Amino acid sequence: MNDAIALKAEGLYKVFGRNAEAAVDKLRAGTPRDQLGGATAAVIDASFEVMRGEIFVVMGLSGSGKSTLIRMLNGLHPATTGSVEIGGEPITATSPKRLREVRRTKVSMVFQHFALLPHRTVIDNVAYGLEIQGMGREERIARARKVTEIVGLAGWEEKHPGELSGGMQQRVGLARALAADTEVLLMDEAFSALDPLIRRGMQDQLLELQTELGKTIIFITHDLNEAMYIGDRIAVMRDGRIVQIGTPEEILTDPANDYVEQFVQDVDRAKVLTAESVMRPARAVVHTGAGPRAALTLMRDEQVAGAYVVNRDRSIVGWVRDRDVFDLVRKGSTDLTPAVKPDHGAVPADTALADLFIPSLEAALPLGVVDHRDRLVGVIPRVTLLAALGGEPEAAATASPRPDPLPTEMVDQLLESAVGAGAADAKEAR
Amino acid sequence: MDIRIPVGSWIKDFFDWLEDTFSWLFEALRQLFIWMFDAVDWVFATPPALVVIALVAAAALLARGWRFALGSAIGLLFIMSVNQWDNAVDSLALVLVAAFLAVVISIPLGIWAARNDTVSAVLKPVMDFLQTLPAFVYLVPALGLFRIGVAPGIIATLIFAMAPGVRLTELGIRGVDKEVVEAGQAFGAHPRRILRQIQIPLAMPSIMAGVNQIIMLSLSMVVIAGLVGAGGLGGDVAQAISALNVGLGFEAGLSVVVLAILLDRFTASFGKGLGLYSRWRRAAVAKKEADEQARFDAELVEVGGPRRSPGAGGGGGSL
Repeated sequence: MNDAIALKAEGLYKVFGRNAEAAVDKLRAGTPRDQLGGATAAVIDASFEVMRGEIFVVMGLSGSGKSTLIRMLNGLHPATTGSVEIGGEPITATSPKRLREVRRTKVSMVFQHFALLPHRTVIDNVAYGLEIQGMGREERIARARKVTEIVGLAGWEEKHPGELSGGMQQRVGLARALAADTEVLLMDEAFSALDPLIRRGMQDQLLELQTELGKTIIFITHDLNEAMYIGDRIAVMRDGRIVQIGTPEEILTDPANDYVEQFVQDVDRAKVLTAESVMRPARAVVHTGAGPRAALTLMRDEQVAGAYVVNRDRSIVGWVRDRDVFDLVRKGSTDLTPAVKPDHGAVPADTALADLFIPSLEAALPLGVVDHRDRLVGVIPRVTLLAALGGEPEAAATASPRPDPLPTEMVDQLLESAVGAGAADAKEAR
Repeated sequence: MDIRIPVGSWIKDFFDWLEDTFSWLFEALRQLFIWMFDAVDWVFATPPALVVIALVAAAALLARGWRFALGSAIGLLFIMSVNQWDNAVDSLALVLVAAFLAVVISIPLGIWAARNDTVSAVLKPVMDFLQTLPAFVYLVPALGLFRIGVAPGIIATLIFAMAPGVRLTELGIRGVDKEVVEAGQAFGAHPRRILRQIQIPLAMPSIMAGVNQIIMLSLSMVVIAGLVGAGGLGGDVAQAISALNVGLGFEAGLSVVVLAILLDRFTASFGKGLGLYSRWRRAAVAKKEADEQARFDAELVEVGGPRRSPGAGGGGGSL
């Protein structure tokens, strides 16, 4: 048993209707889902592992079996065949008593329509899981109050759910699940019933809480953008089967089949893809120790107008412009430092593409990308940014380079010799 | 063509067999019913009528408010003034005993049916049968098994009135939001606990509507029970029919109407939050919650918690 695995599902089938077992055999033999006679297959051969502290998103359209799947993970729907283990504890094929014990201590759930007890106050709702665990009133109220405060509902403890807005009710639902202090949290379309703005706020709060508390979260959604935003890994479901499991970027850049590809077509790439995933190797890079002459040579060879300056450990210092280095060389200086400008504008590697546009516009060079130790790990030319948004990052490599402008002196010469009057305009226009 | 299925004689044989085999049981039940009836009757018949009226009016005030208190006092005074008080008390006792028994039987049956599809499938046609069979028909075997008097009246009333209690209880529990029940399961609650803490409280409006229906049907049966010597207002109505006494018929009939309105309004007010009692209770609960909240808030100020004060939108934030 691997300790890093919080939940493990293997070969899960859920068939509703008569002759469920026979239907599973048929499915295994390759019978299509719609030719099972009276039985309805909701989940077919689902296997996956969820690591501790991971947010695992199961995504699919309605009717894809995702809600059934999540209910099999805590035994609300008993599996037809297959097994589920939570922290090494089997959920399938166990006694009702043992199953209740597992639900009390290992796995809690947040529901789409909140499922709060309307006749109880917020604090009693939050303490509900603890009450079932058998904790005394004083203690559970104290614990529940802490969690209520964490989700931002302090001051609402004695209200009833009906007096709260949808977003707040769901925070009560979240608090109830958190208060039970289980390792695994199941969230069934938890934010789908909320307004878009509130949903976004809840997503951020969930991510924040997850960073703080390190829970393992299994999140069901039909909203691809939501899946991409909060998921560490995503399982895409279709017609009861899991068709692909991967990180958001893998799903987006390397869809397993046409269905997934179609599905991800309208996702907002700018929000999912990160700087890291589209950056190119940085070539115009000089070390602080290198002299102006070496820097100028490099820029000439790479045919660029500037270069990033880094320390020996590749941590970024700034950038230089060819003209300034040119002046230094002319003056005979051997120190590059006077030409280094500190405003390099590099962005962290995990920045979403959406947040790269403005820095990219402001940067004189291809936008620098740094890792968490400030080391320059790559650059993003504007053309690469555009190509990534278009869904084909590779297009940047083959993109025809922008035609270089003619050297200014040549143009000036020509214009002066041909039309004397137009020269001034031409210069101004530059 | 002469086909005669002897259903009648089969059923007669069945009841004869019942009577022979379980006569001890029916005798015991008879004694129990009579004892219960006498007890309730004693409670209402012993004090002077005016005292009872005053108490009922006070109860009405607590349950629904002053208008209902006034109305019930006027109605009961009317019964007293047409000289039907004793009959009305008898009928009331019979209704209360029969309805109590019907509630005690029908609510558990309804809960059972809600949790078990087979039980539900069996009970549904049985309830349909009991409700549609003409009420007089119950009376005949009831008479045979319990002899003349209050007991057959109670048993016939009970059987007739049970159906809506079972149905509405089942409906109410099945109608409880599935997700909320799942929440109970997901946190590892025992099914009995889910029933007690989630299903029954949330199904309460429906269950109370069932209780209300039971009482109303009991009252309508009471008059019919008068035919088998159960006495009360029904007895006078039966007497008025046989003697073609219009005056007596109406006096007894109007008294039944007064009783019906009283019982309906009383039972319909359960859980509706009307009347003085609910107001007191609400105030007490609100005060307790406000105190608790104030205590929480005060503690928060002491520790200087980062997020507080919902009034300022601290709890809401952007949400």
